[in-house]
Amino acid sequence: MADLSIDFAGIRAPNPFWLASAPPTNSGAQIHRAFEYGWGGAVWKTIGAPVLNISNRYGGLTLGGQRLQAINNVELISDRPLEVNLREIAEVKRLWPDRAVIVSAMVDADPQAWKDIVMMIEDTGADGIELNYGCPQGMSERGMGAAVGQVPEMCELNTHWVTSVTRLPVIVKLTPNITRITDPAHAALAGGAHALSLINTINSIMKVDLDTLQITPSIGGRGTHGGYAGPAVKPIALNMLSELVTDPQVIRSGVPISGMGGIQTWRDAAEFLLLGASSLQVCTAVMHYGYRLIDDLTDGLSRWMDDHGFATIADVTGRAVPQVSTFGQLDLGYQAVARINPDKCIQCNLCYAACNDTAHQCIDLVAPDGVRVNPGFDPRASGKEVALPRPTPQVRESDCVGCALCANVCPVDGCIEMVSVPSGRPHVTWDELTAQRPAVTQTWPAMETYREEAGIEIH
Amino acid sequence: MEDARPPQLSFQELLPPMTPHEASVEANRCLYCYDAPCLHACPTHIDIPTFIRRIATGNVSGAAHTILESNFLGGTCARVCPVQELCEGACVYNAHDKPIQIGRLQRFATDHLHARGEAPFTPAPPTGRRVAVVGSGPAGLSASAELAKQGHAVTLYEKRELGGGLSTYGIIVLREPVEVALREVDAVRDLGVQVVTGQELNSRAELDGLLASHDAVVLSLGLGAVPALGIPGEAHILSGLNVIEASKLERPTGVGARTVVIGAGNTAIDAATIARRAGADTLMVYRRTEREMTAYHHEYLFALSEGIGFSFLTQPVEVLDENGQVTGLRCVRMGLGAPDASGRARPEPIPGSDFVIPCDTVISAIGQEKPALAVTMGLDLDHGYIRVDDQMRTSLPRVYAGGDCVRARGNASTVMAVQDGKLIAASLGVVLGAQSAPVAPTRPPEVREHPLYHAAHGAVPHAEAPHG
Repeated sequence: MADLSIDFAGIRAPNPFWLASAPPTNSGAQIHRAFEYGWGGAVWKTIGAPVLNISNRYGGLTLGGQRLQAINNVELISDRPLEVNLREIAEVKRLWPDRAVIVSAMVDADPQAWKDIVMMIEDTGADGIELNYGCPQGMSERGMGAAVGQVPEMCELNTHWVTSVTRLPVIVKLTPNITRITDPAHAALAGGAHALSLINTINSIMKVDLDTLQITPSIGGRGTHGGYAGPAVKPIALNMLSELVTDPQVIRSGVPISGMGGIQTWRDAAEFLLLGASSLQVCTAVMHYGYRLIDDLTDGLSRWMDDHGFATIADVTGRAVPQVSTFGQLDLGYQAVARINPDKCIQCNLCYAACNDTAHQCIDLVAPDGVRVNPGFDPRASGKEVALPRPTPQVRESDCVGCALCANVCPVDGCIEMVSVPSGRPHVTWDELTAQRPAVTQTWPAMETYREEAGIEIH
Repeated sequence: MEDARPPQLSFQELLPPMTPHEASVEANRCLYCYDAPCLHACPTHIDIPTFIRRIATGNVSGAAHTILESNFLGGTCARVCPVQELCEGACVYNAHDKPIQIGRLQRFATDHLHARGEAPFTPAPPTGRRVAVVGSGPAGLSASAELAKQGHAVTLYEKRELGGGLSTYGIIVLREPVEVALREVDAVRDLGVQVVTGQELNSRAELDGLLASHDAVVLSLGLGAVPALGIPGEAHILSGLNVIEASKLERPTGVGARTVVIGAGNTAIDAATIARRAGADTLMVYRRTEREMTAYHHEYLFALSEGIGFSFLTQPVEVLDENGQVTGLRCVRMGLGAPDASGRARPEPIPGSDFVIPCDTVISAIGQEKPALAVTMGLDLDHGYIRVDDQMRTSLPRVYAGGDCVRARGNASTVMAVQDGKLIAASLGVVLGAQSAPVAPTRPPEVREHPLYHAAHGAVPHAEAPHG
C-alpha cells in the first residue's frame, strides 16, 4: 500500500489532496466536514481586506450535455468577519492536528497591512500561508490579487514583506493571466517564497444566454469577467507547471510546487504529480460533487501507485519531467503511423471524415470485397441488411504523416493505435539541423535539397 | 387474468414522449457517424446524424426540418417504423451497446415542430399544372406534399370520412394515435393541397374524367379488406382491420371475453393486443409454426409479454355458434409436409385431429385483398398488384401509382409508401417541368476539369452530390 503522506515545504499532510482556497473552504464547519471525509489539507478561503459579494456568482460550461466542464466565478475573497475566520482556523487546526491548514491571505500592498495579517495567522496555529496573487476580478482593481501577480516587482516586494516577518512556510500562488509564468515565479523566489502554487483562475466570460441575450452569470442585467477553472483548464495548468519545473532558477531554488487547475479524478492528480507537483489542490470538482470525491482520489491514486511500484508521492513527483522538451529538441526522424484494428472498428467512419477533410487524406473506405469505395448510398435500397456490412476504414501507411487525429476522434478505446515505424530519415533535431546546416532552416531551396537527400516526401 | 392497467393507460402510445433532457442525453450519445448506416437503411434516407446533431445543439425545429425534408410523414414513421429492422438495426452501437433511439428522437423533433405550429415548407410559385391524387394514405400524402412543394395544384381524394388512410384507421393507438395521422393531413392542406374526403374512385370512366381535368393522376389506393377464410360460420368472424379501426375511433370493437385471432402477422398481433387490453383471454391461431410467422420477432415478443397465447400448427375449419352467438372455433391440427412454392414447409391437416377452442369472439387478420380497382380500370398487374416501372408509371399514360397497391411490404409499408410518394413526385416533376428539388449545383466544366477538383474528389470516380 503506497504511502500518500507528504511534507511540503515543512507542511505535513496524510495525503497530497488539499482543498484549494475557494468556496469549499469558506468556514470551519465546512473544513471540519471535509477533514472527516479524509481531505489531507485545506487552504482557507482568502482572508484579508473587507469585501462585499454580488449574486449570481457562477457560470458553468456544458459540453455535449456534460455539466460543469468548467466554471467561472465572480466571487471575491472571504466576506466573513476576519475575527470569525481566525477563530475558526484555530479551532479546526486544534481539532485536526495531522491535517494541513494553510491560510490564504490578501491585503493592500502595504508592509504593515501584511505584517498585521501574518501575525494574526501565526496566532491561529496554522501550518502555512498562501499569498493570493491571482484573484482576477474585484480585488485586482483594488491593487491586490492578479494586480500583484501580474507585476513581478510587486510580487517580489509583497512576498518579501511577508517572508521577512513570519516563521511559517509561505506559498506564492501564481496567476495564469500572464504571458510568461516564470517571470512572477522568479519574483516570488527573490521575495523569499518557500513554495509556489499554480494555477489560479483564468480571465473569462462564460457565455451569453441566447434567450435573454444576457451575459452569464447575469448580475442584475450586467456581466463581468470571472475566473475560469475546472476540467477544461487542466492542459493549461499542466503546461505552466512544466514551464516552472524545467526552469533553471526554480530548479536551483528547490522549492516545491503545489499543482492545481482542473483536477477532478486521481488520474488528473497523477498527471500533476508526474509533471512535478508535490501537493495537489482541488476546487471545481468538489463544487460539482461534494467532499466525498476524496474517496476515489486517494483510493485510485494509491492503487495506481501500487501497480507501478511507487512507494511514496516523492517517487512519482517529476517522473515525466525529463521528457519535457522544446520543439527544437524533438527528433525529426521519428515516425508513427495509425493502425486501425478491424476487430474493434465499428465503422462509424469518423476517422475517414476527419482525415479526408482536415488531415492528410490517407484513410480509404474499403468494401467487404476489398474494393476501395466512396461514401454514398443507393436511394432505392434500404433496410439494415443493405446498410450492413459497412465499408471499413483502412490507413494507407505510406501516406500517413502520423498526426494522430484519427486516433483522437475514434470513439472506441484502443481501436486506432499510433505505431512507431522506421522512417528511413536521419535522426536529427531542428536545433541540430540549424547548427549543422543553417541554410536548410532558412531558405526553401536549401530545404528542398535537404529533403531530397534525406528522402523526405511531402504529399 | 385481468389487465391491471387503468383503462385510460391501456390505449395510449406505448412509449412516452421523450423529455427535452432525455432527448438531449440520447442525442449527445449519437456518434454522428460519417456516411451513416442508419441513413442508408432508412427507406426515405432521412439524414439522421444531422437531425440528431441538431437536437443535441438545441436546434429542435431544424431537426424536424431535416426529417420532414426527406419524409413528410416523419411523425408517423417515428412511431410505426420497424426501426429494429431499419435505422436502429443498422446503428453502429449494436456492436457493443444499445442503438440510438432514433425513432423516439424523431418523434421528439416532429412533435416539437407541431407544438410550435411551424410550417416547415413554403410551396414553390404555382406552375399551373394540376395533379389528382387518389387515396390519402402515406403514399398519397407524401406524393401530394412533394408535388405541392413543387408548385403544382394538387387535389387529394379520399373515400373515407377522414384522411390519413392506414395511419388513421389501421395502426393501433399504442403505436400511433389518430391525432398524429390527422395532423399530417392538415400539414398537406397547409401546403395548398385540396383534400376532398368522402369521394371514391370506382371506375375507368371516373379515372378518365380525372385525366381530362388534370395533367396526371396518382393512384395510392392501398389494399382491400381481409380476405374470406371460406369456412362455415364465416359471417360471425370480425375483421382485424375493423377491430383496429373501431378501437382507434373509440367505438365498440365487438370483442368479448374469450377471443381467438386467426393469423400471425403484425396486424393480427395488433388486433390481439386490442382484445387483450380490453380484458379478453386472447389466443392467436396460426397454421404454420413460430418460425414462419410474418410478424416481426420484436412484435411476437411484445405479444407474449402482453399475455397473448399462441396455438401454432392450427387451422380453423368452422366457427360454432348458438343463436348467432359464437361459442367456439373448430380447428384441425396441422403437420409440416414438403416445402411449398414459398420454400416454407407446407402445413397439412392431420386427419381426425379436430378440436374446439371455446370462445365468444373470432377475429381474422390474414392479410389484405389485392387492389380490385386495378383490374376494373384495366391497369397491367404484377402478381395482383399494380405494375409500375422504375419511374412509378403504370401501364396507362399519365397515371402513376405507389404504396401498398404496387407491392406488399409487411409492416415497413408506411415508410416504403412515403418513399414511393417522393419517387412519384420526382418522376412527375420532370414531366411537369417543375423546378427540380434543390440538389448540389453542377460545377461549370472549367471547374470540373481543374486538377484541384480532381484532387478534392479523390481518385475513385463518383457522381457529384451522391446524397442529392
